[in-house]
Amino acid sequence: MKILVCISHVPDTTSKINFTEGDTKFDTNGVQFVINPNDEFGLTRAMWFKEKQGATVDVVNVGGPETEPTLRKALAIGADSAIRVNTEPTDGFVVAKQLAKVVQDGGYDLVIAGRESIDYNGGMVPGMLARLSNANFVNTCIGLEVEGTAVTAVREIDGGKETVSTSFPLVIGGQKGLVEESDLRIPNMRGIMMARKKPLTVLEPVEASAETASVKFEKPAPKGAVTLIDPDNVEELVNLLHNEAKVI
Amino acid sequence: MDTQTQNKDILRGGQFLVKETNCDDVFTPEDFSEEQLMMKEAVMEFNDREIIPNKPRFEAKDYALTEEVMKKAGELGFLGVAVPEEYGGLGMGFVSTMLTCDYISSGTGSFSTAFGAHTGIGTMPITLYGTEEQKQKYVPRLATGEWFGAYALTEPGAGSDANSGKTTAQLSEDGKSYKINGQKMWISNAGFCNMFIVFARIEDDKYITGFIVENDPNNGISLGEEEHKLGIHASSTRQVFFSDTVVPVENMLAGRGEGFKIAMNALNIGRIKLAAACLDSQRRITTTAVKYATERKQFKTPIANFGAIKLKIAEMATNAYVGESACYRAAKNIEDRIALRMEAGNSHQEAELKGVEEYAIECSILKVSVSEDVQNCADEGIQIFGGMGFSKDTPMEAAWRDARIARIYEGTNEINRMLSVGMLIKKAMKGHVDLLGPAMKVQEELMGIPSFDTPDYSELLSEEKAMIAKLKKVFLMVAGAAVQKFGPDLEAHQQLLLAASDILIEIYMAESAILRAEKNAKRFGEEAQASQIAMAKLYLYHAVTTIEQNGREGIISFAQGDEQRMMLMGLKRFTKYANYPDIVTLRNSIAEKVTAENKYCF
Ligand SMILES: Cc1cc2nc3c(=O)[nH]c(=O)nc-3n(C[C@H](O)[C@H](O)[C@H](O)COP(=O)(O)OP(=O)(O)OC[C@H]3O[C@@H](n4cnc5c(N)ncnc54)[C@H](O)[C@@H]3O)c2cc1C
Repeated sequence: MKILVCISHVPDTTSKINFTEGDTKFDTNGVQFVINPNDEFGLTRAMWFKEKQGATVDVVNVGGPETEPTLRKALAIGADSAIRVNTEPTDGFVVAKQLAKVVQDGGYDLVIAGRESIDYNGGMVPGMLARLSNANFVNTCIGLEVEGTAVTAVREIDGGKETVSTSFPLVIGGQKGLVEESDLRIPNMRGIMMARKKPLTVLEPVEASAETASVKFEKPAPKGAVTLIDPDNVEELVNLLHNEAKVI
Repeated sequence: MDTQTQNKDILRGGQFLVKETNCDDVFTPEDFSEEQLMMKEAVMEFNDREIIPNKPRFEAKDYALTEEVMKKAGELGFLGVAVPEEYGGLGMGFVSTMLTCDYISSGTGSFSTAFGAHTGIGTMPITLYGTEEQKQKYVPRLATGEWFGAYALTEPGAGSDANSGKTTAQLSEDGKSYKINGQKMWISNAGFCNMFIVFARIEDDKYITGFIVENDPNNGISLGEEEHKLGIHASSTRQVFFSDTVVPVENMLAGRGEGFKIAMNALNIGRIKLAAACLDSQRRITTTAVKYATERKQFKTPIANFGAIKLKIAEMATNAYVGESACYRAAKNIEDRIALRMEAGNSHQEAELKGVEEYAIECSILKVSVSEDVQNCADEGIQIFGGMGFSKDTPMEAAWRDARIARIYEGTNEINRMLSVGMLIKKAMKGHVDLLGPAMKVQEELMGIPSFDTPDYSELLSEEKAMIAKLKKVFLMVAGAAVQKFGPDLEAHQQLLLAASDILIEIYMAESAILRAEKNAKRFGEEAQASQIAMAKLYLYHAVTTIEQNGREGIISFAQGDEQRMMLMGLKRFTKYANYPDIVTLRNSIAEKVTAENKYCF
């Protein structure tokens, strides 16, 4: 089984978010980048397939050289080799086009992407990638088993779960549930040392133009101050809810 | 070793005092490689996942948890970072070793003590002094955490006077084994270790001898109850009794009577690693305190806005920054020295031993300085939390208790202070560091007429660097005159030695911070390093005050009349700023930066 895990390079969830260039660009100054959490669940599941079922696991990222530490972390966790497609991930379409080329050339059986990246939350890449690669597609995937050529995937649906059977080639949009948080791996020291020796191939991008462009980013309005009301003063509470908050 | 390392001037131990260091020649935490950054992140993640959430269990003296987390650390390779690859370790350099020790130690003193005792004094005596057979047999198990080690030097009657132990080793009639009898005290990891490094005396030898002793209750080894301690509650600390414990002769470490040397050299490494182990605690305490100070309101104002709290935040952050600067500077010196020796044909074992020994002075300096910083940091952390800081429900209380031990073990701070100066003077006597020439020059300068020109201090940190050069003269003046006066009897003048050592310590720490800030300002820009520059200046200001006070105390203690007057005038000259830094503004700027980032951010 040949697995490709798509790794998005995203700001750490505790980062302070700011924008520059007239609110059109994310300000990366002082921001720490990590493996996209949805991808990390996928990578961890892929490591399971590697260890239990002898799969090979490659990781891929579409982005500039600054994303290489993130790819190397994936190598330290245990991926066999890494690929970076050297272009700005301007929008989901561009990324999907680049990934489709890697999938096609690599002949992967299974592509594990995250349901969405937690930076721009586009959520488009896995679906487009499946279409461009003529692969089956399971989104919001929270469980994945492979037996020979038979694949069983579990999907999260609103308020419940759905189990589907499918086959390779397959793209999944994964998330927590593929593994749990406690299963996520801290790269061990030997893995970190080996990561340096594993191949990290840089590929030039294929032609693809962005179909969308960011015009402006806005942050949610800051939370207002909290007004505390004495529990005995129900009248005042009703008054404020009615006249100030205008919710009743 | 890269050519950059080869070409640069690697200071010898203690030489910082008589040589000017170029900022490009110091290593700073900003120089961590991508691999080291990844290691740091992995260790931090481990701390966040395995240690911090378990804090209440550590505080409730859950010794089994300490052992369990040590096992996990072993699985991830954290115990083998410093161990050569041929013995199952990762063979990483000294900087990586320090970095692991640094970032794994902030969760609880309980774990950091277990980690330090095992990887440092528990394992290093074998990697540094063991025979090939001893290393093959024991080190791989220790490097992976299959086995845990402990170091049994201290006895009820032999603490600081480590060579005075009464534990004996008697050779059997067939010459195949030794019988060990005696009592060891305060032995970290005793409760769960598989092996002890035991120091014992053979016959009436002047010096003790080291042995590797497997922990086997059927071999006359028994343990006292767990000690009831002020802090590091889940670190196992017990007495160990040896009663006719049989140890094969091949388990002797190095040669007969070599034990004291082993003990001291293991402690050199232990000391600098202990300093590293006090760094992340300071970062964490500072971050926790700042977060609280921005949330806690009194007089309708977040307390972080009060000048009194800003003072604390600025000083806490500054000391942490300075400690980092000095620790990693020395760590890289050691790493480079080891590499140089290996290139010159030394075995790894010998290179490492000599490489660390070379910087024994710096190791003592760092141990003293950083262990006192972490204590002060925790103390001010409690103060920022106010009453809540005194409560066991907030993390400050345990941090404060845990910090206290660092001033006691691995050689008390008094012993290390005196050692730092004593070793330096010995080095000078042996001609390894030329103190005499520079000291004579200072004396000549004292006799001459001071220059009244105002130097050009427009360049960044130039006045600070000039100040460091002058502070070095203070040390040379005071120590030089004291050596002349007392000769070998200087040893008996402990308060003078303590004063001299405080001068030495402050010089090293302040210089390290200035060099780091300068190096980073050159590469990242002055503006980006504004807070770091402010911290270097703030620390230097305190260093000048400490040095002036200790210099005066020292001079008055042994010089009289004209000599005293001349030296006091020299002291005044060597501690004078042309332009005083505005300490209040510096502190405010540092505190505001830390508060804006809501964490220790350097
Ligand atoms: C929690 C804990 C863990 C420990 N772990 C270990 C371990 O794993 N292995 C081990 O072998 N030991 C261990 N120790 C022992 C530790 O190293 C000693 O406690 C320390 O070296 C001091 O010795 P002491 O307690 O006998 O104090 P003492 O030597 O009696 O010192 C008492 C005071 O006198 C001062 N003093 C002593 N001699 C002089 C002098 N010549 N000049 C001036 N002042 C002096 C000291 O600085 C100190 O202030 C541990 C101790 C503790 C508390």
